[in-house]
This record gives sequence, structure tokens and C-alpha cells, in this order.
Amino acid sequence: MHMADALVSPAVGAALWAASAGLIGYSSKKVTDELDDRKVPLMGVLGAFIFAAQMINFTIPATGSSGHLGGGMILAILLGPHAAFLVMASVLTVQALFFADGGLLALGCNIFNLGFFPCFIACPLIYKKIAGNDPSQGKIFAGALFSAVVGLQAGAFFVVMETVFSGISELPFGTFLLLMQPIHLAIGIVEGLATASVVIFVWKARPEILNAPISPVPKGEFSLRRVLIGFLVATVVLGGGLSWFASRHPDGLEWAMFKTSGKEELKSPEKGAHESLAEVQEKTAFLPDYGFKAPESETSGEEGSPSRWPSVEVGTSVSGLIGGALTLVLALLIGFMLRRGKRSEK
Amino acid sequence: MTGIGGRLFDIGHMDAIAAGNSPMHRLDPRAKLTATLAFIVAVVSFDKYAISALIPFFIFPIAQISLGGLPAGYLFKKVILVSPFAVLIGIFNPMLDREVLLQIGSFHVSGGWVSFCSILVRFFLTVTAALTLIASTGFHAVCVALVKIGVPRPFVVQLMFLYRYLFVLTDEAARMVRAVSLKTFNGGVRFKTFASMTGHLLLRTLDRAQRIHMAMRCRGFDGRIRVLRSMEVGWSGAMFVVCWSVLFLIFRIYNIPKIIGGIITGFF
Repeated sequence: MHMADALVSPAVGAALWAASAGLIGYSSKKVTDELDDRKVPLMGVLGAFIFAAQMINFTIPATGSSGHLGGGMILAILLGPHAAFLVMASVLTVQALFFADGGLLALGCNIFNLGFFPCFIACPLIYKKIAGNDPSQGKIFAGALFSAVVGLQAGAFFVVMETVFSGISELPFGTFLLLMQPIHLAIGIVEGLATASVVIFVWKARPEILNAPISPVPKGEFSLRRVLIGFLVATVVLGGGLSWFASRHPDGLEWAMFKTSGKEELKSPEKGAHESLAEVQEKTAFLPDYGFKAPESETSGEEGSPSRWPSVEVGTSVSGLIGGALTLVLALLIGFMLRRGKRSEK
Repeated sequence: MTGIGGRLFDIGHMDAIAAGNSPMHRLDPRAKLTATLAFIVAVVSFDKYAISALIPFFIFPIAQISLGGLPAGYLFKKVILVSPFAVLIGIFNPMLDREVLLQIGSFHVSGGWVSFCSILVRFFLTVTAALTLIASTGFHAVCVALVKIGVPRPFVVQLMFLYRYLFVLTDEAARMVRAVSLKTFNGGVRFKTFASMTGHLLLRTLDRAQRIHMAMRCRGFDGRIRVLRSMEVGWSGAMFVVCWSVLFLIFRIYNIPKIIGGIITGFF
């Protein structure tokens, strides 16, 4: 369920980049603050483990398909939310760069969908609540299964939201939702079973592993403030992006109508070859001009101007570009501020 | 992700390509990273019916491939391999958007097909850009660039560690899978076997992490990894970013193929 660059608009991509960048900065700070240098190699090697574990597939009886361990949940259970989020982000980055799963612009979306929900929502709020401080086999099983399902459902829901807000795909919200959620329910159950069985195995063999890494983050200390700020930024940017599309949409429709009518105009001169040729020449020679002055001719909506398909909507494009640039600047600013904050601490 | 073994073998190949020496390879990784991001944002910012306006953007990956002497056919194959998701989502466009947008004689093209083609072109451009970045730069150089740009250090260290142990652990997992498939008849791994295999792999991984940590402590590790390669903002890097950005801006504002088409048809 990796989002692809081709389906993401810059506004949505930049908003989720901002959210993910904020979370990475926040998690990095948390991990540094913990001062547990055992975690540095542990995180790196567990990231590689996520890749390796995906090579071990089990057959799902009676379906002919196979399943494997998903990433986020088991990391969150083993490492705690912050370190797990960083590991998940690094796994997705490597996937985006080498396997071209997703892409660079959609990387923000993917880190958020597949990292944030299991690490910051499903694990601390569901798994830990169910498994508690003295876990039993049943508790671990229920917690891991349930939180994997919830985490994946939330992620799938966000894939739908991001796709619909981007407006590249024609899939309507309801249909897409009905397509994605049940599929990911099935995947979530398989992933949850796999996660639960592996966690139970480790718990039986070496129970101290499960107890130790979780304890550095006591329940009361988990501050939601930064996360909420990240959410707020994402919401504002998404809201801005949404209004931008709302205003763009009728424009696009108008444009499509205009286009078809313009084409008909061009097609009609088939009757008189000579006249029409002259007409076409006149019109097409006008084209470079049209290309430069697109906004005027578009607002006036000249029926006669034989625009070629597809045309440039300079007015909306420039505003889109500025909007996209602004959001990207925002993301960079957040990263920059995080860096300054880190420096001043040292 | 069954073919992950083959795909990982690919990473090694990408590193071999990235070890090359060419004007593209020698360029500041930060410059390449920035230009690639600008490229992706520009490509993705077009409205959903744009096709011809996207065409000039092919110059960026093409220039990189040619300047860097990268194997175009190999990269192309990689792009095709990962296309299913974009195709799957995009294929609904022709069914849902049936408004006729273009007419050539009696041949009608609906808006859905146009936007589907647009999705494919975008997909191709953005994925190729990411792949050429890695193929001409290499993962380590990209990581160093990330530190210099200001990405939090623990995250970059995490990336480097992950990359370092990726091969080690996948080798281990591959050995386990091979051993099990040699000892079973139908080749498939049953769920119970899966749990103990993955669990054992996890335990070994944790032990390995502990050994690595001890080895690092022996060598004076204090929780920080220092990156020793210095990077200075050079002329070439800055020029690279500025020139490409201006070009992307021009491509974004003016529909070059349309203007060229207009000029050419104007002659007749």
C-alpha cells in the first residue's frame, strides 16, 4: 500500500512531508535524549531485519497466497514508539530510493501512513493497554492482532484521503474506501497473526527482551504535544490545499468543455479544403501567442481560439506552484528549526 | 515481495554503478538531491490532463543518464517492475471519467484515458529521477548530503546502519528459507514454522546488535557517529541546481511541445 508519486499532488505531498519531517525530528530528539547507546546498533540491525523477515513467507491455507511479517507493529513493540518510527522511516526511505516503492514526494505520505499509525497510535494506545505490564500469551496475541488491524486500517484510510485530496485519480471517495478498507482488513489480520506469533515466540524464549526496551518510555511521560502540533500543521496545509482544489475543479471542467468546443471548431473546416487550410494556418500561427498569453484568453473564454490539447492553465498553474513551493518551504523551515533547536541544546 | 532476494542483489548492482566516475558522479550530492526534488515537485504539480507539457521534463533523467553513463535499459526495466500500483489506481480513470476530451476524426478519447496516460508519464518521470539519483550518487553519499542539509543525525545514522546490515541479514534469512524448502516437500512454509523461523531470526538479530554494540564500545563509541567527509558548496553544484530549477520553471509555465507544434504548423 505504498502511495506513488504519480498520484500525489504537491500540496498533499508537502503537507505529509512536513508532518513526517516533524515526527522524525521529534523522534530523533527523543532517541538522543534517552542516551541509551545500545539502541543505535539495535535500531539499524532491526531495520535490516524487517527486510530480511519479508523473505520468509508462509502459505495461507486455502487461498493460494502467502503472508509475511509487516514492519511497524513489531518494531513498536520491541523498541518503543520513537525509535520504531525512525526505523520504519528508514526502511521506507531505502524502499523508495532503491526499489522505487512509492517515490520521493510520496515518501512523506508513506512514512506517515505506515510509520505513524502503528508506532504512535496502535502500539501505545492499543497493544500496551491490552498486553499491560504482565503480559500473558493471550493478551499478547489479542493486543498484537488488534493493534495491527487498527494500524493498517488507519493507514489505508489515509491512503484514500491522500489520493482523493490530490485529485489525480478519478476514483470517488466512497468507492475507493470500500475497495481499500476490506482488502487491508484481510492484510491486517494476516499481518497481525504473523506479528503476534513472532512476539509470542520471543516472549517465550527470552521474556526480558520484551520487558526491557518498552520500559524506558513510561506511560505518563508520552507527550502528545509535538505530535498534535505536527497534526495541526498538516491540517492547516491540507485545508489550504483542499480549498485550492475546490477552486480548481470547476475551472478544470470549464476548461474541458472549452477544449471540446475548440476541437469541434477545428474539425469543422473539412468541407472547404482551401478555406479551411487558410483558417487552420491562421489559427495555428496564433498559437505561440496563445501560449504566452494563456490566462487572458482563458478568462475571456474565446470560443474561436484553436487551443491545442492539452493547454497550459497559467493562472492556476502559477498559483499551484506558489502554493506547492510555500508548503515545501514550510517543511524545510520545520526541519531547519528542529536543527537549530538541537544545536542550541548542545 | 517474494522476489526480494533478487531485488536485493540489485542493490549491489546499483552500488557498482554509483561507484563510477563521470561529471555526474563527481557532482555535489546535495546539488543532485535538491535538483531531483525540484524536478519531482515540478512534474507532479501539473494538472491531471497534462501530457504534452510533461514531455520536456524527460530531458532531466536523460541528461543524467547520458552524462553519468548510466545503463538506461537496466533502469528502465527497474521502473517497469514497480509500476503495478500506479497502473492499478490509474486504470479506474478511463472507467469513471468518460467525458470526451479529444476527437480525432471519429475517434473519441475520453478524459479518463488522458489522465491515465498522464499518471503513467508522471510515474515514469518521478521514479526514473529517484533511481538516477541513487545510480549516480550512491547511498552513502546521499546520506552524507542528508546530514549536511540538516536531516536529524540519528535518522541518517539509522539509514546507514540499515544499509550496512541489509545484506548480512537477508543472506541469513535466505539461508533459512533454503534450508526449510530443502527439508519440506511442497516448498511452502506453514504458519507454525514461519513463527519460529522469524522468531529465531529476530533473536539472532538482537544478539548480533549486542555484539556490534560491544565492538563499537571497544572502539570508543559514545552514542554519536561522526561523518568524516567534508563537503563544500562548489560552483558546479550551485550552477547545477540553479540551471535545472530555471529550466523546470520554464517547462512548468510554457508548454514547449505546444509552442513548437504551433511554430511548425505555422509554416504550412
